Amino acid sequence: MSAPASPNNVTPASAPADLAAGERNRRAAPAGSSPGTPRARGALGTAGGRATVGLLVPVLLVVLWWAVTEAGLFSPVQLPSPASVVQAGVQLAADGPLWHHIAISVQRVLIGFAIGGVLGLLVGSVLGLSRWADALFSPLTGAIRAVPSLAWVPLLILWMGIGEDSKITLIAIGAFFPIFTNVYSALKHVDPHLVEAGRAFGYHGLRLLRTVQLPAVIPSVFSGLRLALAQAWLFLVAAELIASSMGLGFLLTDSQNNGRTDRLILAIVLLAVIGKVTDAVLGLVEKWAVRRWS
Amino acid sequence: MTALAELSPAGRAPARARGAATASDAPESLAVEFRGVGRAFPTAEGPRAVLRDITLTVEPGEVLAILGASGCGKSTLLRAAGGLDTGNSGDILIGGEPVTAHDPRTAVGFQEPRLMPWRTLHQNVALGLPHGTGRSEGRERVDELLDLVGLDAHADHRPREVSGGMAQRTSLARALARRPGVLLLDEPFGALDALTRLKMQDLLLDIHARTATTILLVTHDVDEALQLADRILLLGKDPGAAPGATARKVLTVPGMRPRPRGSAELAVLRSELLDGLGVDAHRH
Repeated sequence: MSAPASPNNVTPASAPADLAAGERNRRAAPAGSSPGTPRARGALGTAGGRATVGLLVPVLLVVLWWAVTEAGLFSPVQLPSPASVVQAGVQLAADGPLWHHIAISVQRVLIGFAIGGVLGLLVGSVLGLSRWADALFSPLTGAIRAVPSLAWVPLLILWMGIGEDSKITLIAIGAFFPIFTNVYSALKHVDPHLVEAGRAFGYHGLRLLRTVQLPAVIPSVFSGLRLALAQAWLFLVAAELIASSMGLGFLLTDSQNNGRTDRLILAIVLLAVIGKVTDAVLGLVEKWAVRRWS
Repeated sequence: MTALAELSPAGRAPARARGAATASDAPESLAVEFRGVGRAFPTAEGPRAVLRDITLTVEPGEVLAILGASGCGKSTLLRAAGGLDTGNSGDILIGGEPVTAHDPRTAVGFQEPRLMPWRTLHQNVALGLPHGTGRSEGRERVDELLDLVGLDAHADHRPREVSGGMAQRTSLARALARRPGVLLLDEPFGALDALTRLKMQDLLLDIHARTATTILLVTHDVDEALQLADRILLLGKDPGAAPGATARKVLTVPGMRPRPRGSAELAVLRSELLDGLGVDAHRH
């Protein structure tokens, strides 16, 4: 401790100014090494570059697919050529039903996802914040979560019929759990220091929830939403496979029954593409949310 | 120092003038009375006494440093004074009235800045405003406080974009936003580097000169206590006495602040305090 011995000529009036100057210089270091900084790494350096590289393998697979069908290794019923799948798509689109299939499936996913998401957020918040609610309901929610999706289908059909209600309910169940689990566990792990600081400044109850706890779990909410959306698509197909007259799941069973392997593959490719696109959109929102809230 | 001063942000002087206006509407500073305060924590082997029989009156506007070895209950005493912890025995009075849970007459500065990472520095300071403060009045008050701690140029930064010292100054401004009659600081500079710590100490004296609020400052740094405090409460266990730390000594620090850090008078006190902390003063 020899520093204090030096003449103390930092007058109180100039102290904050000195601080600001000294610390501004130091700020550069942590900012440069933050994990968010993209580092130039050739083709992977930019988002566009990464997307192009990511397309390589799918394109190679299509080429391989085309090669084996061209070589006649499989019969068209086993594996139709890429061209015939595209043709099936064009024909279904021109005749109209393809758009109906896609529209009704997307609609079911979005409604079910919204209902399941809101419920997951509410129930997750209550169980994550209240020790009583946690003790009372956690075993039950854990058990319900363990039920495989298909097991619900007969019961839901029995109770609600084969209309939209039963399908949307099933999708909502699927979307509920990822959000519920994420919100619930994130609320349990909010930095207790921040919560105490909030309390020390007179925040409690709903105000504390709004000011400290909810903002702190927003990144987890968004990663829960992403998982929930993926789950919603899984449960959609489960719902549509069994009892429906429209939708991509119906297109799957219908094509199977009619031996239209080309349409069957078309349905799978559409599910993959639409699922990936919706996930990518939500991924962008998640990225923004993580940057904004943490 | 002059070189650093030249780097100071433009507009510093008018900012100072505005900052001075805050002193006029500063809250009245309040006395803190500890009467036979003790605290025991339950453990598997029965209650473990941490503090016992602490009786002391802190005058309005006084700066009291609470000094002691780690784990001796310094923070426990401070938390009890702010109503963050309510399990103590004895009485704690603030301005003559018993302390309440999260007492609005007090404000706490923690060892870690504890800023909400999703809020800007400005919004973080606003968290400390008393509930029911009007929007424009609150904004003005926060602007003044950011000026006071020299962060007016960084109002819109996020906590992760600023240094530890700047975050700690924001935390200090947030505590002041509550217009506390008693400011409770729990090793507020403990995690800062030595140079920043010295500057923060000067800033705290500057703030105290303007607002005249009562300050209870927990520290384990003897020099910090000698530099900042009117009196120093040395907490520790009496060998041979009942378990739990109590007031070993209450020392009045001589001299007006800012005190020369090399003074001989302080050196004597320093040895006495180090001795009280169980450290051989001749080796340090």
